[in-house]
Amino acid sequence: MNKESLLYISKRDSIPWYKSWLIRGIAIVLALIFCGVITMLLTGLNPLQVFSTIFYGAFGKARKTWVTVQKLAILLGIALAITPAFKMRFWNIGAEGQVLIGCLASASCMITLGGKVPNAAQVAICLLASLAAGAIWGFLPAFFKAKWETNETLFTLMMNYIAMQLAAYFIIVWEVPKGSGNIGIINQVSEAGWLPVLKLPLIGEHKYLLTIVVVALLTVVMFVYLKYSKHGYEISVVGESHRTASYAGIKVDRVIIRTMVLSGAICGLVGFLLVSGIDHTLTTTLVGGRGFTAVMVSWLAKFNPIFMVFTSLLLVILERGATEISSTFSLNASFADILTGVILFFIIGSDFFTTYQLHFRKARKEAK
Amino acid sequence: MFDFVSFFPRAVMQGIPLLYGSTGEILTEKSGNLNLGIPGIMYVGAISGVIGSFFYEQSMAGQPLVPFWAIAIPMASSLLGSLLMGLLYCFLTVTLRANQNVTGLALTTFGVGFGNFFGGSLIKLAHSDVPSVALPATSAFFNRTPAHAEEFSAFSQLFLHYGFLAYLAIILALVMSFVLNRTRPGLHLRAVGESPATADAAGINVTRHKYLATCIGSMIAGLGGLYYVMDYANGIWSNNAFGDRGWLAIALVIFTIWRPSVSILASILFGGLYILYLYIPTGTQMEVKELYKMLPYVITLVVLIIVSLRKKREDQPPASLGLSYFREER
Repeated sequence: MNKESLLYISKRDSIPWYKSWLIRGIAIVLALIFCGVITMLLTGLNPLQVFSTIFYGAFGKARKTWVTVQKLAILLGIALAITPAFKMRFWNIGAEGQVLIGCLASASCMITLGGKVPNAAQVAICLLASLAAGAIWGFLPAFFKAKWETNETLFTLMMNYIAMQLAAYFIIVWEVPKGSGNIGIINQVSEAGWLPVLKLPLIGEHKYLLTIVVVALLTVVMFVYLKYSKHGYEISVVGESHRTASYAGIKVDRVIIRTMVLSGAICGLVGFLLVSGIDHTLTTTLVGGRGFTAVMVSWLAKFNPIFMVFTSLLLVILERGATEISSTFSLNASFADILTGVILFFIIGSDFFTTYQLHFRKARKEAK
Repeated sequence: MFDFVSFFPRAVMQGIPLLYGSTGEILTEKSGNLNLGIPGIMYVGAISGVIGSFFYEQSMAGQPLVPFWAIAIPMASSLLGSLLMGLLYCFLTVTLRANQNVTGLALTTFGVGFGNFFGGSLIKLAHSDVPSVALPATSAFFNRTPAHAEEFSAFSQLFLHYGFLAYLAIILALVMSFVLNRTRPGLHLRAVGESPATADAAGINVTRHKYLATCIGSMIAGLGGLYYVMDYANGIWSNNAFGDRGWLAIALVIFTIWRPSVSILASILFGGLYILYLYIPTGTQMEVKELYKMLPYVITLVVLIIVSLRKKREDQPPASLGLSYFREER
């Protein structure tokens, strides 16, 4: 007997934007409830307390808010950097390495040039070095992909570790004091190569402000670049189909290499911001997995820079909140990763319901 | 002088987790699923085994452990943990057709976090009064080697001084190689990975094959984590100690061009490269060691490039690797 399944699946032709965001919103709410239940079971807090603790961890004090916004800026910056490549269906999971190599370039300029050139020149040299280093890290996989179809996912993955070991090498070369395995704060006294503290009307001045402003500008620029520029159009055509693109006269090789160089360079820029603007030091874990998280930020926002602000905000708040919870209850800080994972699973799963439609068959009462 | 007899066993012990990971990932990738969650799954496999044996040791309250349960409980809980991770991956990518790269990365974030969280908080959550998660009693059963510890002929040192999980890894890799290349289920599985639409038309159940391959692959990879913590680390859990071995296992899959039998030697080679820096006399230049640690990745990169340059058909990844299959979309 041929059993007919009770439901069947078909692909949606299109879905109004509000409906797809409604589905995603429901997924996020469900995920938050689920996270709340996990937290409740582990800590014994009631749900209201869980979310107020998360909120307190993210925005409880002015200092906490600044850190949250700074972390948002960095994660968003990396996500923006990899978006052009992802839109091109170039699966670059090497942002971690591209940012780190930018950090390394910036730190090396700060250490070798510290105090020998005027500060403005110093900052400019750091910036250029970081951009170049990131661009090289982006260029290599793109070149091999364009010429010989080398798998970019695995290539960029390996480049992460090469960057990490290079950084480890130089950290030991420059460690202060010898044998500590740490560089410490670079140029703590002279502040050479440090980004200046920006002062804005209404907001006032803060050491993180310049970084935040740079990323905010980058968001707008990237939105315009992807949506309204010729390059952005070429990227989306190449992403749809290499054949269509070359038939339309787009030089696919060139677009792949150009986009990845751009993507790598922006990663390098974020590395520069991390070292010169925020941490003023270099460790192998400075990027801390954000290169991978950024992939998910970008993908969850459907590669739209404006939506990315919200997806990265969601993840950053969650991470800050979970850190608060775990420190209050002396649990391990990796609690944040678990909650992030749960949220991601829900949103990834919800994507099915925006691209496909479930139909239920009515039970048939035919006599057999 | 380079001491091969002491170097080789350490290379093997480093290589075994990689071998488990790569055997599992090869099986998974043959079905067309690129599971980037393997690093996370290996963490979950390790911590699940630790949790299982932690509660078993606690429940025995100082009495000697029963050998059968001391091995069976961690094994079963490790397999269960990684199976759940595999099922989650399959549910998202096969049933819900989500993007495999993103799902895999999320799985890794979750799995590594899960391992570190329970590794760091297990004692507090279990209201126990032990100072750290150390399971030497259980580990003693996993450590037991065919040769007596006092036996020091070169042969026994090279080949007989490993716990049973190490031999199991090699057997699994050989079996996997046979199944994939010489049996009908293996043929069907490869067909699913190369062209699911063709396989579907030939009456092969694509969904079932993908689910089975990915879940069994996850369980095998999870054992790599269990081996690491129970045998290599003597039952002592420390956060992030497992490191990036999961990614190295994925690198190994490319390095061996999707061949589990080659992976046996390759994993030992990788294990050797991983610890080579300990054997290179660098004098006072500690920094050079960091460059030696780069070797496995650089070599993988070179292999990746060479394979793509040669374009031999049998060296290519499964054609549908990384793509979800939807019957009505051709």
